[in-house]
Amino acid sequence: MKLRTWIATAAAAVVAIPLAVGSASAYELTVPSMDYRTGPYAPNGIPFANGWTDYWTMLNERDGGINGVKIKVVPCETAYNTKQGVECYEKTKKEGSGALVYQPLSTGITYQLIPKASVDQIPIHSMGYGRTSAANGKVFKWVFNFPATYWSQASALVKYIGEKEGGMDKLKGKKIYLVYHNSAYGKEPIRTLQELAKKHGFTYQGLAVDHPGQEQKATWLKIRREKPDWILMWGWGVMNQVAIKEAASIRFPMDRFIGVWWSGSENDVKPAGAAAKGYLSGAFHQPGANFPVHKDIIKHLYDAGKAPHPDFKDRVGEVLYNRGLVAAMWASEAVRKAMEIHKTKEITGAMMRDGYEALDVDEARLKELGAEGLTIPVKITCENHEGPRKVAVQQWDGKEWKIVSNFYEPDMDVIQPLIDEDSQKFAKENNITPRDCK
Amino acid sequence: MFYRESGQFKTGYAADQAIFPILQDRWSMLVILVVGFVGVPLIIDDYWANAVFIPFLAYALAALGLNILTGYCGQLSLGTGGFLAVGAYSSYKLMTAFPGMDMILVLLGAGAVTAMVGLLFGLPSLRIKGFYLAVATLAAQFFLIWLFYKVPWFYNYNATGQISVPPREALGFLVTTQKADVVVRYLFILSVVTVFAIAAKNMVRGRIGRSWMAIRDMDIAAELIGIRPFSTKLSAFAVSSFFIGVAGALIFSVWLGAAESGETFGILESFLVLFMIIVGGLGSILGSFLGAGFIVLMPIGLKNVLVDWFGMTAVFAKHVEITLFGVLIIFFLIVEPHGLARLWQIIKEKLRLWPFPH
Repeated sequence: MKLRTWIATAAAAVVAIPLAVGSASAYELTVPSMDYRTGPYAPNGIPFANGWTDYWTMLNERDGGINGVKIKVVPCETAYNTKQGVECYEKTKKEGSGALVYQPLSTGITYQLIPKASVDQIPIHSMGYGRTSAANGKVFKWVFNFPATYWSQASALVKYIGEKEGGMDKLKGKKIYLVYHNSAYGKEPIRTLQELAKKHGFTYQGLAVDHPGQEQKATWLKIRREKPDWILMWGWGVMNQVAIKEAASIRFPMDRFIGVWWSGSENDVKPAGAAAKGYLSGAFHQPGANFPVHKDIIKHLYDAGKAPHPDFKDRVGEVLYNRGLVAAMWASEAVRKAMEIHKTKEITGAMMRDGYEALDVDEARLKELGAEGLTIPVKITCENHEGPRKVAVQQWDGKEWKIVSNFYEPDMDVIQPLIDEDSQKFAKENNITPRDCK
Repeated sequence: MFYRESGQFKTGYAADQAIFPILQDRWSMLVILVVGFVGVPLIIDDYWANAVFIPFLAYALAALGLNILTGYCGQLSLGTGGFLAVGAYSSYKLMTAFPGMDMILVLLGAGAVTAMVGLLFGLPSLRIKGFYLAVATLAAQFFLIWLFYKVPWFYNYNATGQISVPPREALGFLVTTQKADVVVRYLFILSVVTVFAIAAKNMVRGRIGRSWMAIRDMDIAAELIGIRPFSTKLSAFAVSSFFIGVAGALIFSVWLGAAESGETFGILESFLVLFMIIVGGLGSILGSFLGAGFIVLMPIGLKNVLVDWFGMTAVFAKHVEITLFGVLIIFFLIVEPHGLARLWQIIKEKLRLWPFPH
């Protein structure tokens, strides 16, 4: 036993010495990047990961980090797999000076990390995905899901449909079908749509598509037979392009087919070719690379030969690239806020959480960041972790995505009770007393 | 030299029938247990627990269960993922329906429910064999996963169909959720697996295990010497499913903390556990552990070596890892088609003669 203790101590010492030296050398803002550049969802994972990484790298190159503190991005490959995601989380959480925020990028991984976040004191930003009721900051202190949840998005898309039909009262008797990825992610909007169907009197039906979604013949046969007026889609990865192709093959009108914002990227529409023209999807930011921030990225990274993925230059500005970029931008603003609140440059995960909770990126600030009009202003409070709750609709014109509508606010009369119910249930199951936000 | 058993005389039946008749085995077993129960907790941290030891032990238990059915009783099953899901969902239902219930009882309950489901899906084995049975169990896999998506009762009607583990105690120690101490969680799962491994070892040495093996080797001959295929095959299904159910409950409650039937317990899991027992060794308790170790730890080990030592990017390392992993499986199977356990046996025999082989 004594020998064993010795060995353990010796081993620990050997491991600890380089660590101690490493951490003594310099504090770095450590940001893990949960990549998935392999597996069936890689086409969606690569642009997001590049956007996320490029923004942080650009801050390093252009400004020398944030307030002079360098940023270290730690990539870890999850392959969009929950178990590998957990391994990645455990591996990266103590990396460098300690991980500041996780952007898990998969509903499955998000659910794994929610209970871990409060224990390890690292905030999670599940941007528009993950557990919807995490919008209730009183219960989910460590989780943020701004700018809008799936429930808000479902409601906003129904509002768009109502507008196109000429008023919410015209929805009565209409048929709205949902084609969804048969997983926790795809099931998110169901309850909201059921409630909205009751309220507005339209017929709702959900059609599940199993992972990975290459086989959808039966689903679209049913659609052809029953002729719904509108189709919503909660799809991901290869499922999106297959659905768009199938819709085209039954000649379903594309401008009555709306995807969630994870079903609206270049990868989803391009394989369907010209047939995809007119397809709609949700959005909370603009596509395109014409913003000053993109110019900085091109100048300081791609043209300077410092880009982590140099061959991606032509694709800067894709929908999912911009989404990664926007996520990184909000996170960097949270870092600034955290430094400001705690008056230190060496922030921890817990301080980062305070930064997120005090986040306030308004139009003026967006302009300073070189992203005026790129996305919507965000303001987070203690009880509302969902922020602005605004969703627009973008359309594929055959060449590029364009936002074609206003930003809609969801029907909170329907959604708030659902959020309260679900978060109360979580609080009860896990013995959490909701915070007092006064 | 080190492994010679000359001079170890057995003077009674009890000594002759001991689990480990050779002194060296007994000592090495003791050393492994001491390392497992005392040594590892000294150095364990979150990463080692959540990424290495806990998944290894949970999968070892699942492999043990499948090995009873496939390795010992010769009934090929592709329904492991589904049975793991039954274990996970029944433990979830038990935990939420009876909040005060001890985790040990929850595990046993989950095992019992899974055993029942396993019995049901074992019924076709009385009529069909081999690949045909594999197809029948495949049906179980798809049916069970579908069921856990379809019927909201299984996930307590929450919005997404994800189940999340509530905090629960075993003998007064908190063992589930991230709030539980890693050492406690590790020791809990280690104790459970140890108990089940000993039980399995004893079962396969006894009458019931021998009748399983008789059915496996030739069912007609077994029937002729008086072994009833009905009760033998079904008992193999029940016991195997019990083990797998407990493993599923552990994967959900102690390791992951949240699960979704298709994502966590999909068809890939069935293959993974099947590969574990094929790589480890069919019909071997040790083989279940070796196989689980190989399949669970090898990718993680490769990844860490490639990224941390060779400085590869995460994505390139992933591609190399997938390739290398496949190559290694093929390599091991060519070198020793009977699995790692057989490899160990050969080493043992060589060690007996070493350093003077004739």
